[in-house]
Amino acid sequence: MTTLSALARIARATGLASLVALTSILVVPAQQPSLPPPATKKIDFAEDIQPLIENRCQVCHGAQLTTSGLRLDSRDYALQGGYSGPAVIAGNSVESKLIRMVAGLDKGLIMPPAGERLTAQQIGLLRAWIDQGAQWPAEQTKAHIETPSATSTQSEATHWSFRPIKRPMPPVVKNGRWAKSPVDRFVLARLEREGIEPSPLADKRTVLRRVSLDLTGLPPTPAEVAAFLADNSSTSYEKAVDRLLESPHYGEKWAMQWLDLARYADSDGYEKDLSRPHAWRYRHWVISALNADMPFDRFSIDQIAGDLLPDATVEQRVATGFHRNTLKNREGGVKLEQFRFEETVDRTSTVATVWLGLTVGCAQCHDHKYDPISQKDYYSFFAFFNNLDEVNTDAPLAGEMGPYLAALPEYRQKREALLEQHRIPKLQPPWEKKMKQARANPGKWYDWDHAYDAFQKYLDRSDKIVDKPSSERTRKETDALTDHFVKNYQRVISEERSEKLKLKELREKLTEIKNGFPAISEAQTVTESEDNRKTHIHIRGDWDSPGIEVKPNTPSVLRALHRDDEAGQLTRLDLAKWIVARDNPLTARVTVNRIWQEYFGTGLVATSEDFGTQSEQPSYPQLLDWLASEFMSSGWSLKHLHKTIVMSATYRQSSKARPALESVDPANRLLTRQTRLRLAGELVRDAALSVSGLLYPRVGGESVRPPLPEGMAKLAYGSSLKWEESQGQERYRRGLYIHFQRTVPYPQLMSFDTSERSATQCRRERSNTPLQSLNLLNDPVFVEAARALAVRLLTETEGSLEDRLRYGFELCLARPPEESEMQALVDYYRTQTGILENDPESAEKLYALNLPDVSRVEGAAWVGVSSVFLNLDEFITRE
Amino acid sequence: MDFKDFARIQTRRDFFRYFGGGLETIALAHLMSREGRAATDQLPATNPLAPKPPHFAPRAKNVIFLFMAGAPSQIDLYDPKPRLKKWHGKALPSSLTKDLKLAFIKPNAKVMASARKFKKYGQSGLEFSDYIPHIAQQADDICVMRSMHTDAFNHHPGQSLLMTGSPIPGRPTLGSWLTYGLGSESDDLPAFVVLSSGRGASGGSNNWSSGFLPSTYQGVVFRSSGEPILYLDNPPGVNSDTQRARLDAIRKLNEQRYHETGDVEIASRVQSYELAFRMQTSGPELLDFSQESPKTLEMYGVGKEPTDPYATNCLLARRMVERGVRYVMLVHASWDDHDKIDEKLAKNTGITDQPVGALIKDLKQRDLLDETLIVWAGEFGRTPMGEIERADQAFGRDHHPNCFTIWMAGGGIKGGQTIGKTDEIGLNVAEEPIHIHDLQATILNRMGLEHTKLTYRHLGRDFRLTDVGGNVIQKALA
Repeated sequence: MTTLSALARIARATGLASLVALTSILVVPAQQPSLPPPATKKIDFAEDIQPLIENRCQVCHGAQLTTSGLRLDSRDYALQGGYSGPAVIAGNSVESKLIRMVAGLDKGLIMPPAGERLTAQQIGLLRAWIDQGAQWPAEQTKAHIETPSATSTQSEATHWSFRPIKRPMPPVVKNGRWAKSPVDRFVLARLEREGIEPSPLADKRTVLRRVSLDLTGLPPTPAEVAAFLADNSSTSYEKAVDRLLESPHYGEKWAMQWLDLARYADSDGYEKDLSRPHAWRYRHWVISALNADMPFDRFSIDQIAGDLLPDATVEQRVATGFHRNTLKNREGGVKLEQFRFEETVDRTSTVATVWLGLTVGCAQCHDHKYDPISQKDYYSFFAFFNNLDEVNTDAPLAGEMGPYLAALPEYRQKREALLEQHRIPKLQPPWEKKMKQARANPGKWYDWDHAYDAFQKYLDRSDKIVDKPSSERTRKETDALTDHFVKNYQRVISEERSEKLKLKELREKLTEIKNGFPAISEAQTVTESEDNRKTHIHIRGDWDSPGIEVKPNTPSVLRALHRDDEAGQLTRLDLAKWIVARDNPLTARVTVNRIWQEYFGTGLVATSEDFGTQSEQPSYPQLLDWLASEFMSSGWSLKHLHKTIVMSATYRQSSKARPALESVDPANRLLTRQTRLRLAGELVRDAALSVSGLLYPRVGGESVRPPLPEGMAKLAYGSSLKWEESQGQERYRRGLYIHFQRTVPYPQLMSFDTSERSATQCRRERSNTPLQSLNLLNDPVFVEAARALAVRLLTETEGSLEDRLRYGFELCLARPPEESEMQALVDYYRTQTGILENDPESAEKLYALNLPDVSRVEGAAWVGVSSVFLNLDEFITRE
Repeated sequence: MDFKDFARIQTRRDFFRYFGGGLETIALAHLMSREGRAATDQLPATNPLAPKPPHFAPRAKNVIFLFMAGAPSQIDLYDPKPRLKKWHGKALPSSLTKDLKLAFIKPNAKVMASARKFKKYGQSGLEFSDYIPHIAQQADDICVMRSMHTDAFNHHPGQSLLMTGSPIPGRPTLGSWLTYGLGSESDDLPAFVVLSSGRGASGGSNNWSSGFLPSTYQGVVFRSSGEPILYLDNPPGVNSDTQRARLDAIRKLNEQRYHETGDVEIASRVQSYELAFRMQTSGPELLDFSQESPKTLEMYGVGKEPTDPYATNCLLARRMVERGVRYVMLVHASWDDHDKIDEKLAKNTGITDQPVGALIKDLKQRDLLDETLIVWAGEFGRTPMGEIERADQAFGRDHHPNCFTIWMAGGGIKGGQTIGKTDEIGLNVAEEPIHIHDLQATILNRMGLEHTKLTYRHLGRDFRLTDVGGNVIQKALA
């Protein structure tokens, strides 16, 4: 076999085309194939077997390419096998995986996956060879290389993102006066080399609005603008930046990006999409941690493995809620283990993407020639998360514990009396017993089969709780079990009996007394399971097809993770520390790049989610490394990183287009100017509420439910979504607090490209659609904001039409109008007044207010003007 | 433009409105462009939904996807299994059931023969059950596929796989892929529209989401009550004159900003507002059935119970296709008949059968069937074994991913044929297995798209609707 044809065959066998062919064979064979009989002759390996294996197997299962961990180029390797276990069992061809695969006996896959099937005669020869002891003379053994790997490691060793981070010296530049920070010297040096001038700095108003929106997500107030303009000192900008970084709204703004990464939501996802009443506690932690500028290494460790820290605090456990944001399928009939597997898959890829910028998902199912992560790597990484147990814990916020404890005895007494009154302590134990019997005898009692399915789905850790003697259950477990019983007993009794027991009434009363007592916040967290689950490679990524066992470990392409004590196996905490170790080349690079992306629209590496071998080169590699190094040297301070970026002249440039550079640098990767960026969905809402004065700026806390448009809840599964509207000022909280129901996401957020929060997301799209226009024009939230803004324009200024319009510009755009803009609005105001004077009924409806000395027509016209402000492209754009 | 000009245009617009919305829209556009008011005169065209060339000559222009959420029973509708009578009331031998994935029932559940009567229809002699006589009348245009199989046997993952190619939510749906690949043919309606009836489906908004594609490509839900599209109606007190004045002011200021900054995104935004305004006009016009003949309304079952809601959606689907909407999805839930299957199937077929039959017939008589691909499908099928939850209920059937039936008709599909076979007890595919990805590849193919080439890069890899699978079902093609 020539090298060339061998390569061609590898390409054929591993390229996309044959992948498609391969998966198309993954169908259920219509008839169970039978196994051809073994050949009766004495086998000569060199003549009967070797050519067959060489031609049909070794292309994928050899030294160059070891798909699925299997090599078929020596007896030892064949006996040892691959991810799914031994390929050959000498003396037993019927049980040998090799035979089962070529004969297509195992559901799903037939080997070889491409080209002609092996003939019955060929299979017979292979069988005879195995049955006769699978002899493989040493001189016919081709294996030379000792390390089986699915991937070629040479190119990876030099891939830029895997190389250590060195701190580059900021280059020397000619125009030193332009450079305000080391960041600028990297940019300017390149521009000088290209012979391009940077853009002039944006004016003070633009820069203040920009940095306010970037750091806090809220536009500056006219007073803040005025103070900034009045401050002529050389440090005025820095003072403004410091003020914004100290604002509690900073934590809210930057939590948004992190919540996308953490795929945060307030419901399970999937069909039932149950609400997660405690999810917000994790968001609260993120906001607080960012506001306190918790060092990013600690921020990371707490979320990945806070529960494993010695003497873990409540807050460190709350941080592990990161892992709880994964989707959960509670649909009837779902196999729990399948979805525990899916959740672990999600946790694995999320951690790999968020901290390492590695796309590992492909390796869930198979080895891939060009991917640095093999399937074995994948499941070794997966193993860090495979022993998680989900547990909800008490996580009181300041001020909650005292009242709670004081009221607790009375609450317990009332609850127990109520349960006693309905004879629950008598009814429940036989039900528990029968539930365990149903579990042991599936198919025996269909009503109990269903009841047990619901028991597993709706009560977390149901089996574990019910198996404990009642005296050993925690109070939380006891209450949860009883609540489930009260709610679900009706599944196994007649309707008459259910009514007689007044179970519905009891349910309502239990809720009522619970709501009548002070509560403490709870949090979704994880712990290590006492089950000590072993991890296996899963063949073709199928939860139900375990292969060989693997231990927790980091991807082999990266620096190895060693423990000091050789004894135990690696833990999640080891992983977390390894992730934020100073010599991990990825974490800091990935993090600073993602933050850069928020400021310039595109990261220095445009594929902010992928730093792997398929990713593109950074536009400014030295700058990326300098920032990463600076970030770590600052003690992983995010606020320091933000300040470093926003203080730069590069950031403060004008965003005005430069047509002359369009052809040279259409995507502005050289950073010859700033970029206009449409605000994120949440911020579009925040800006409207803020300038209209409606915003309720409370920081942190539970999710809120502003009114959902009529009919939306009907689109949820079974039209069953309960959306209890928040009352009073809670309705006017920032967008990031809106209860995120995964199957019925808040429409305004979806129209403006908010993440769907079903999987980790590193960057959002910025689309521009008519639905967005309709939303800003007609959504009652924005209409209400327009009315409130009109009131401000009418009451907070005195004077002419022009004075009021000027104030509107200051409030909404932080700048005075150009003359032509003023003229356009004056025209519009007059046009409107003209129409409305002939249509007083419309004026009345639109105005819907009652201010002294303001006529209906005037009021309505100002609502119209206010709505124009809220609809301007500039209003929803960071210039 | 001063007020006098404005008033003049208003009057002229009213004149055009008198002749009905369609004409008005066209006339208005001409009027506006003549008077230099159209955005395109001053700003660059930047429409992400502009029509894009397909990969090869398409056989269909539009798709109407009749999504029967919850998984209708193929055994009682399309795939008669007379041999089940022999097994009725007995458990199947464990050799047959050992690999079955079942949601609720156990492998020892007893077989239940169908109570339905099947008959052959049309010249082709396709078989349909007595519950769907109207669909059956269109037999010669229908291509029935009895050998579908899927990987998921729970609703949400199953629906997700059918719509996005993956059982895990988060990827773009078929309609999003199509509009991403082909753009829109309509100037005043969205390219991807969702119409819902019955209860909400398991997949919720995941069934029409654009996943990781820009929200430009997400499905727009037409609502059954209130305004047809969310926020389509002007706020209280805003009439079409003040709305136009408001839009003109917004446009003027946006244009000035464009000249100031040179950012083409502003040009896009101006166009989005113009399209929004046109949607405000064409939305109500679309819903206005006054120009439909009584015969048409009667054929669909509009204004009659129990067909009205679904009939309205089917007629709307035809009207949308006529107006260039690329992809219309009708969601009807739920067919999840774990109990009382005869009663529940009678109800759902009673609602949907007549409108679906009428839709095919109507499209055909208007010469639209050739360019419109109709797909009728649920996310999986139902078991030959019966299911019962409580002793006082009649039997139903459990989820069954191994084999089920869907059908296609119209645009480039060879009707009057049955593809694939299941075994005689309806447990597995016996011949010509068709995976969900094959169905998706086929739909894209009829629309002129090669499924392996329609990709989008996300999280470091090229994603596509058919994931890593999919073969076009050659036999289905006309």
